[in-house]
Amino acid sequence: MHQQYSRVALIAGLMLALMASALSAQAAPNGRTLYENNCSSCHGIDGNGGVGVPLSLPSFLNSVPDTYLEKTIRYGRPGRVMPPYPTLSDAQIKSIVAHLRSFADGEVPASLDVLVRGDIKRGKTLYAQNCSSCHGVNGEGGKGTGVTFSRPRDLPVIAPAINNPGFLLAATDSMIKRTLIKGRQGTPMISFIKAGLKEKDIDDIVSYVRSFEKVKPKTNRVKSKNELPILVYDSASDLKTTVANLKNAAAAENFRIIRVQDLEEGLVKKGTESNREVIVYFCNFETLNKVLAVDPRVGLFLPCRVTVVEREGKVQVMSINPRYLSAMYNNDELDKFCDEMYEIYTNIIEEAVL
Amino acid sequence: MRNLFAIVLLLAVSNFGFASESEGLIIHRSTQTFPEAMLALQTSIGEHGYTVSRVQRVDIGLTKSGYKTDKYRIVFFGKSNEIRAVKQSQPQLIPYLPLKIVIFSENNETLLVASNMTQFAVLAKQKGTKVLLERWNNDIHSIFSEVK
Repeated sequence: MHQQYSRVALIAGLMLALMASALSAQAAPNGRTLYENNCSSCHGIDGNGGVGVPLSLPSFLNSVPDTYLEKTIRYGRPGRVMPPYPTLSDAQIKSIVAHLRSFADGEVPASLDVLVRGDIKRGKTLYAQNCSSCHGVNGEGGKGTGVTFSRPRDLPVIAPAINNPGFLLAATDSMIKRTLIKGRQGTPMISFIKAGLKEKDIDDIVSYVRSFEKVKPKTNRVKSKNELPILVYDSASDLKTTVANLKNAAAAENFRIIRVQDLEEGLVKKGTESNREVIVYFCNFETLNKVLAVDPRVGLFLPCRVTVVEREGKVQVMSINPRYLSAMYNNDELDKFCDEMYEIYTNIIEEAVL
Repeated sequence: MRNLFAIVLLLAVSNFGFASESEGLIIHRSTQTFPEAMLALQTSIGEHGYTVSRVQRVDIGLTKSGYKTDKYRIVFFGKSNEIRAVKQSQPQLIPYLPLKIVIFSENNETLLVASNMTQFAVLAKQKGTKVLLERWNNDIHSIFSEVK
């Protein structure tokens, strides 16, 4: 009985400590801690960027209002790596924004939401002449993410996707106009007033950019959600033959076989591994280089791998499902690669199991 | 009683703030250079009772093929008894075994990425496997927290 009371007291104590901790977190959200826990892995501890864009550039922070940053955190950028944060409270998001502001001195622009009424048709022509080389013909932005593979380190930002629903939700017309007028020092974004455009031209471009809201974005994400995490096929051959077929099929798709091993290799004492699960690793380094430029976090797919499994005389071939995994990355560009990889995996496996 | 205690402990730990987790991905930034972070990672994996079965040197393969790259490795690891049990009882999880952590350099810092293993619970038919996936996930968070 005494022991039971002690346990109850212990749990009650832990519960109270937990509640106190949660209440204190609610009372005063710590922007720095929240930033470090939610943002720094991509944007860097000091906001210098990495997988995510740099946030510490003074010319960026001094040209965007708090509402832009708050909405960006709340809604993210669908299909452009930055995830939404629907579970953070408004107070928590505001505290993160306050922390971001500590990265650079300078004036915080007011959140003006004055609609710009320009000529969309004329804006389209001006956009094609002045903006599309960086932001893409349809506002889809620069390719890739991260400084590691996809971006030279001396280029601090990739051009944002200004057709992205998250961007259009966060950015007001006034903010887009101000950015076009002032440019962003330290980035390839120049001042278009200094480059010779008139205010009317800029209004037209802003209205054209705003018109992207009417275009429905293309995404594979809905399809990905209907996928299972694995691909499984029954093989008509025995394990040894299936492995040989698999190697031939991968080579026929221009992949190099980099390793064949038992699943347990390295985990158990050498010579005691089960030989009923054989992994075939293969790689095409040209494709690998391209896909790492699209998203450096993609190593979770790597190296390409198919496992042959034997159970009670029945042989199955299994692999990850690239379409399923692509949904984790919130990266439309990666989705296209994953679609291609899905086709390649199924081609290789179907060839091997025949 | 033990389960209740575990839940309370898990909730308490979750309040300390680990690496960021966005649905299926767990991402962690270490301010250590790549060699230091790699050493810390392998040490932490061992201290959590796992064995590193192999390190795939992706950067070496890329460099040999003429591509420029930073350090980029994949660390495979697991506990032999758990891997053996899962591949027997839940062979659908085999494509995701052994566990893996991607580690790559970003200037003087290092990024670590892993899958949130609980997302594969959809493949697990046994309750015990779901519990195991949750523990793997917690262990990955704990391993990351030690690679500062």
